[in-house]
Amino acid sequence: MCLAIPALLVKRLDGDDAIIDLGGVRKTVSVALVPEAAEGDYVIVHVGYAISRLDPDEAARTLALFAAMDASEGAIA
Amino acid sequence: MKKDYVRPVDFRNGRVDMSHGSGGRAMAQLIDELFVAAFDNEWLRQLNDQACFAVPTGRMVMATDSHVVSPLFFPGGDIGCLSVHGTINDVAMSGARPLYLSATFILEEGFPLADLKRIVESMAAAARDARVPIVTGDTKVVEKGKGDGVFITTTGVGMVPAGVEISAERARPGDSVLVSGTLGDHGIAIMSFRENLEFETTIRSDTAALHGLVAAMVAAVPAIRCLRDPTRGGLAATLNEFARASGVGFRIREEALPVRPEVHAACEFLGLDPLHVANEGKLAAVCAPEDADRLLAAMRAHPLGRDAAIIGEAIEDPHRFVQMETGFGGARMVDWLVGEQLPRIC
Amino acid sequence: MKFVDEFRDGGLARVLAGKIERTVESGRRYNFMEFCGGHTHAISRYGVTDLLPPGVNMVHGPGCPVCVLPIGRIDNAIALALERGVTLCTYADTMRVPASGRSSLTKAKAAGADVRMVYSAADAVRVAHENPTKEVVFFAIGFETTTPPTAIAILAAREQGLGNFSVFCNHVLTPAAIANILESPQVRDIGTVPLDGFVGPAHVSCVIGSAPYEYFAEEYAKPVVIAGFEPLDVMQAVLMLVRQVNEGRHEVENEFARAVTREGNVKAKALVAEVFELRRSFEWRGLGEVPYSALRIKSKYERFDAEKRYAIVYRSVADNKACECGAILRGAKTPRDCKLFGTVCTPETPMGSCMVSSEGACAAWYTYGRFRDREAA
Repeated sequence: MCLAIPALLVKRLDGDDAIIDLGGVRKTVSVALVPEAAEGDYVIVHVGYAISRLDPDEAARTLALFAAMDASEGAIA
Repeated sequence: MKKDYVRPVDFRNGRVDMSHGSGGRAMAQLIDELFVAAFDNEWLRQLNDQACFAVPTGRMVMATDSHVVSPLFFPGGDIGCLSVHGTINDVAMSGARPLYLSATFILEEGFPLADLKRIVESMAAAARDARVPIVTGDTKVVEKGKGDGVFITTTGVGMVPAGVEISAERARPGDSVLVSGTLGDHGIAIMSFRENLEFETTIRSDTAALHGLVAAMVAAVPAIRCLRDPTRGGLAATLNEFARASGVGFRIREEALPVRPEVHAACEFLGLDPLHVANEGKLAAVCAPEDADRLLAAMRAHPLGRDAAIIGEAIEDPHRFVQMETGFGGARMVDWLVGEQLPRIC
Repeated sequence: MKFVDEFRDGGLARVLAGKIERTVESGRRYNFMEFCGGHTHAISRYGVTDLLPPGVNMVHGPGCPVCVLPIGRIDNAIALALERGVTLCTYADTMRVPASGRSSLTKAKAAGADVRMVYSAADAVRVAHENPTKEVVFFAIGFETTTPPTAIAILAAREQGLGNFSVFCNHVLTPAAIANILESPQVRDIGTVPLDGFVGPAHVSCVIGSAPYEYFAEEYAKPVVIAGFEPLDVMQAVLMLVRQVNEGRHEVENEFARAVTREGNVKAKALVAEVFELRRSFEWRGLGEVPYSALRIKSKYERFDAEKRYAIVYRSVADNKACECGAILRGAKTPRDCKLFGTVCTPETPMGSCMVSSEGACAAWYTYGRFRDREAA
C-alpha cells in the first residue's frame, strides 16, 4: 500500500488540485487531504492524492541521525 | 473538366475505406500517391509485386517485426519510424549491414488518411536517413473494429561481413557487458501518453537506426560476442536471453547504468523498474574483457553512443542468473519481467 | 530526487550496517516483522539483507492488500464486469491476480468485459461522469493510505449527483492484522517464530498516526518502530528495534518523523469516518477471518455501495492445500519451506497470496533473491 513518493508542490490550481514535480516529471494531483499545503512544500503523494506534508527539518535531523557516531564509536581510537 | 483528370486522394479529410484494399483503382491510386511517392525509389517505380536486386556473396541475414504500438504518435517518434528502425536494428544486431526493407500495412476502415500520410512520410524519412530503401510492400484493409488503426510489419535483409560471428550464445565468463546509452526512454515516453497516466515530461522516445553505430563497433572490435537491442522487456530480458543462450550468469552494477533522472522519477511514480522498460534506440553488447575499453571508445565516438557505459561482466553460473549490485550496497536478481508492465499502487 | 536519493545513499548504508553490527548482542537472534509490503519490496530491491548481520532476521508480514484480497472477492469483481456488464475501474495491481477457474480481470477483459485500469479513484468518478449510460464500479482495495481517496471519490460522486457510480469496497485495516498475527489460535497451532518487534508501515502511519500502535507495544510488550520507505529508513528502524530489545523496552518510536505525527492526518481520518464503518469480520487470504479488520460503506451512502446495488454474494474459495501462505505470513515458515514455491507457484502462475503481488514474501524472494538459494532455482 506504500507506493508513495515525496514531491515538490510547484503550483496550486483551482479547488483541491495542484501540480507536483518529482525529478522533473510533473503531474496534477489532489491536495484535498492536505489543504494547508503551499507552493514550495514537499508532499507525499499516493494514488493521485497528497497524504502528508514532509517536514524538511525533520528530514535533515533524520539524515544526521544516520550519520551520527555513537559514544561507543567515538571511544575507539 | 480537364481531360484525364483524376481526383487526387483527399489526404486532408479522407478516410480509409474497404475499396483501398480491394485491388482496384482506389487501391492503386493510394499506393501511387502515397506509398510510391513517399518511398520513391527505382524498385517501387517499376510497380511490380516484387523487388529484384543483386546481392554480394556471403551470409545474408533476414529479420522481421510487427508494430502494434499505441499511441501511434508519441514524443520523439511514431509507429512509422519505429517500424523502420526496429527491423534495421534487428538486422544490424547480427553485425550485418542492412540493405533493403519491405513494409506491409493492415489498415482499419475509417482510419484518417492524414494520419496515414504522416506515418508513411515518417517512414520515408527514416528509411532515407538510414539509406535503407523500402522496396516492396502490401496493403490490406479490415472492417472497422477489427484493427487498431494501423498495424505495420517490416522485413529487412542484410549481409554479414566475413569474420563476424555475433550471437546470443557466445558470451563467456569474464566477458564485459556494455550498453550504448540511457535506458527506459522509449517506454516512459509511451506511458506518458497512455490513458489516465498523463504527466508532463521532456522524455522522448529514443527510436533510432543503430546500424551505423554497429558498423563502428564491429570495425573497432570485430570479435564482438553478442549484440541485442533491449526492446520489450527491457535490458533485463536481453541479459536473461544472453544468459540462457550462453549458459553463463551476469553481474552488473546499478551505479553504472545510464538512466536519465526524469526516467528514474517517472519509474518511481509508476512503480516501474527501468531495467524492464523498453528501449528503441539502444543496444547491449558483450565482448572479451581485453576489448572492452576499445569498444567503449568506439561507441562514445558515435552520436548514438555518447552515453555508452561498461555495466558489468559475465560470470560462471550454471543457474544463469543475472545479479545486480545495487547502488545501496546489497545485491539482488534482475529477473524477466512478469506479465505485462503495468504501473502499480503498492 | 530530493528526499529520496539521500535516503538511499550507499555510504550511509555502510555506516548504519556497522552500527547495527556493533549493537547486536553476540549469539542473540532478533526476529523483526516488517508489516508493510512496500518495506518488503524495498528490502528485496536494495538487497538490505546483505547489509544486516546474520543474527537479524526480517520476517515479511501480510501488509500487501493485493496479496490478502480473497479469491472470492476477485470472483465478485469479475462477475460484475462479465455477467452484469458494468464498467469496472481498478488499480493495475489486481489485473493479473488469478481467480477461480483460472480467470482474472485481464482474462475477463480479453473476453470482452469493460475493465479499465485507473491510477486514482478520482479517475473512476470521471469515467462515470463521462459515461452516464454506463454503470461504473470502482474496485477499491488497500490499507488506510488508500482509503481516504475512496472516501473523497464517493463524496464527489454524491456532489455531482452521479447515479451510475458505486464502489466495491475491500479496504482493510493494519492494526487488526497485526493483532491477528500476534494472537490468533491458528498461530498457536502452527507455532510461530517469536517476533521481537515490528517495523511499522510508512504511509499508513502518515494517515493513522503513531498513536494506534501504542496499544500493541503495551499489550503484547513488543517494540514498534515506524519506518520511512527508503532503505536507510529501514536500516535505522532495525537499529532502533535492536536497541529496544537489548534494553528490554517496548515503545513506539517514529523513525519517519519527517512525515508521520502522533495523530496522523486528521482530515483524512474524518473523511473515512464519514463514509465508512467497521465490518464485524472479513476474510483475509492466508489469515482466514479477522475480526474488525475491514471497512464497508455506511448505509447513508448505500447508493454508492456496489455490494448492495448489485446484491453481491460472497463465496469463500480455498487456496491450494499445499500452499503455505498462512504460515509464511506469520513468519512460521519461509518461501523455501513451501512445496509449491518456484515450481508450480511462480510470479507468472501464483498459487497463493504471498506470490500474487511483487511485494508478497514469496514474489519478492523469487524475483530478487532466489539467486542466493541454488536449490530453489
